[in-house]
Amino acid sequence: MSDRNQLTTSRASASASGSNERPVMPAVDIFEDAGGITVLADMPGVSKDRLDVSLDGETLSIEGRVELDMPSQMRALWAEVSVPRFRRTFSLSRELDVARIEASIKDGVLTLRVPKQAHAQPRRIEVAAS
Amino acid sequence: MLEMMLSRPQSLVDQLETVRRLLANSVEGLPGGIRSVAYGAFPEINIGRTENTVEVFAFAPGIDVSSLDVTIERNVLRISGLRASALPTPDAKVQLYANERPDGRFSRAVSLPDDVDPLKVDAKYRSGILRVSIALNAAAQPQRIAVQ
Repeated sequence: MSDRNQLTTSRASASASGSNERPVMPAVDIFEDAGGITVLADMPGVSKDRLDVSLDGETLSIEGRVELDMPSQMRALWAEVSVPRFRRTFSLSRELDVARIEASIKDGVLTLRVPKQAHAQPRRIEVAAS
Repeated sequence: MLEMMLSRPQSLVDQLETVRRLLANSVEGLPGGIRSVAYGAFPEINIGRTENTVEVFAFAPGIDVSSLDVTIERNVLRISGLRASALPTPDAKVQLYANERPDGRFSRAVSLPDDVDPLKVDAKYRSGILRVSIALNAAAQPQRIAVQ
């Protein structure tokens, strides 16, 4: 299963979104079952309309902007989250069916489902007795 | 990384804390605030202050609101709760590649300024961010005194 390391991550280039600040890499869980790969990503403050999931060749990118309803005259006293943007990219492998990727976001957690091509799904091969 | 003693907003102590926090990324072992927590604590917290309120934002995605517990006791705001693991039960057919998202019980505490009113608190959870607004005591707010 070591070939699955192709679903590795790479740091986003800071210039990608026209800002000097490097976007934050969201923490992810990634697991694979017989039907495909599931990615869960923590993106608090990102709603559906501020989320961008895109595919360029075999590179899957997730990007989101944090929406914080701050009162306009608020003074910041303490900030552990200082960059309001998430970005992370993954490279996919060929047996994944990129046309059927599904994405949803709920309570700031993005769920991506990347199914395998039908022919790549595990099959049991019957051994014929002669 | 560590929690701020809000009772001295914008003071030299706070500025030192900020420097300490920056340094701590490269230097280990410096002493921090007594309620300080390790880098990467869950949830991350931002704090702001307006004329009438102190605003605490906790970045806590994927929480069931019924598991959230927000308390204020002796000017310490405590946010605790449970984040259920979203991973499938391990078996031979499931391969896990990354498990960076924290799960289980969490708790963080923040010292509030002396002039907050612990009875006037409003907490909302939206898109994975918990926002707690604590009103400042009316008596502690700046008042204009008419000169006779």
